[in-house]
Amino acid sequence: MCGIVGLYLKDPELRGKLGAFFGPMLAEMTDRGPDSAGFAVYRDGASSDAGETGGGETGAAKASLYDPDERFDWAALAQAMGDDLGTRIAWDRVASHAVLRGAVRAKAMRDWLTANRPEVRVMSTGTSLEIYKEIGLPADVMARFGVPQMTGTHMIGHTRMATESAVTTEGAHPFNTGEDLCLVHNGSLSNHESLKRMLRREGLVFQTENDSEVAAGYLAWRLSQGASLTEALEAGLKDFDGFYTFTVGTREGFAVIRDPIACKPAVMAETDRWVAMASEFRALARLPGVEDARVWEPKPATIYSWGTA
Amino acid sequence: MNTIDLETTDLRRANRLLQGRAREGGAERTFTVTNPRGAHALAAGLDRAIDVTIQGHVGYYCAGMNQKASVTIEGNAGVGVAENMMSGTVRVTGDASQSAGATAHGGLLVIEGNAASRCGISMKGVDIVVRGSVGHNSAFMAQAGHLVICGDADDGLGDSIYETVIFLRGAAKGLGADCEEKEITADDRKILAALLQRAGLTDQDPGAFRRYGSARRLYNFKIDNLGAY
Repeated sequence: MCGIVGLYLKDPELRGKLGAFFGPMLAEMTDRGPDSAGFAVYRDGASSDAGETGGGETGAAKASLYDPDERFDWAALAQAMGDDLGTRIAWDRVASHAVLRGAVRAKAMRDWLTANRPEVRVMSTGTSLEIYKEIGLPADVMARFGVPQMTGTHMIGHTRMATESAVTTEGAHPFNTGEDLCLVHNGSLSNHESLKRMLRREGLVFQTENDSEVAAGYLAWRLSQGASLTEALEAGLKDFDGFYTFTVGTREGFAVIRDPIACKPAVMAETDRWVAMASEFRALARLPGVEDARVWEPKPATIYSWGTA
Repeated sequence: MNTIDLETTDLRRANRLLQGRAREGGAERTFTVTNPRGAHALAAGLDRAIDVTIQGHVGYYCAGMNQKASVTIEGNAGVGVAENMMSGTVRVTGDASQSAGATAHGGLLVIEGNAASRCGISMKGVDIVVRGSVGHNSAFMAQAGHLVICGDADDGLGDSIYETVIFLRGAAKGLGADCEEKEITADDRKILAALLQRAGLTDQDPGAFRRYGSARRLYNFKIDNLGAY
């Protein structure tokens, strides 16, 4: 199974309540995926809900990092990174995760981490994206990361019922597919091993045995070859063998695509103030004004996108 | 009339009330259900002649296994509405998700909007009338009953069909294996007119439909066994 949800707030007045709207959507999908949960939030600047913070606002780039030790010394890591990159790196601790910010390119942060601290998991890099994920019931995971207080433009999330690989934090979704891009997946891919071999030959590195990470890697590879997101997804329709409903988060919004047989469910709804998707309608049933929303089921093998996704 | 508010009533209790298995309310014959909010398996397993109106969108398997009851969903229905229905009527005023009326043996399912993929999959005698269009692989392995589509059908209509009769007003993107257009007779049109009448779609002209069914090349059909269908 697995449940996926996405919410984009068009109305700036609602953006202060992004987490408050999103949290109940993801919690409603607990039945579909009780073993782990994760979400991506798109927002500019610092995390207002951080537990501990080192230095104020800085810079255009962000990296979401994970270490199972909740007392991990992020201050030392930020200091070392800043020294090497020649700029101050601010950091916020959010439970087992941390968000680093600096006036550098996101790629410089990722490259520095790969070279100097390979044991630290990089959940995402970009300018507005932050990814948080953990093992446990979705409500518990969201409470740990302070979802109800989160603000921003959009979030996508996933509740996992593992089928293809182990229940681990790294195996939870979303998967970062490039700067400010991420993927959540409901379904299973049957050709992920052969795709993974091909992508490894192209130089991609995988952290887990998860089939969805392969899909994320595939999209990242297509994008690195110069494809637009729409072109990458269209190519995926030919190359992915299996069942899938994907939701892809971008800096400006999100995109939804289902496989040509459309085995995995998806429902979408839109009003003047927001657009949302979920595996099941019940996840959307408490959004403001949903009674007057346009509600529809996305067609198979068709890309739906908002913003410049 | 009995109103069941799912905001304040547990789903299991709501279904027991509808099924006449709760201590109170057994004599009621008309129910309104409010705030369904996409709940699954709502009004499933009804087996008495009652009228149920559900005000809002429902989740999976609504009115599944229905017998005798008349259930109206004022909104959209999730996967498998009226699956395995035996008798009675289920009406969806909005759209239905995939596998509407799956394996249903009898009764009437009316979808006033569109139905998604696999509408009427493995249907075994139900009559399904869709005012809008249906998704791919509708009437897949359909064995008996009628599927009336006032709009269009997506690819693979009637794939591996047995003896269900399909009436299609619009166009099929593609027919599935062993499904073919059949001659439509005056008797067929009478059956179709009666189905449209029962569904309340009296604005649809029975003369505008075409009939599709099994070419009987895929399954081991013997004319001597015709009476068995």
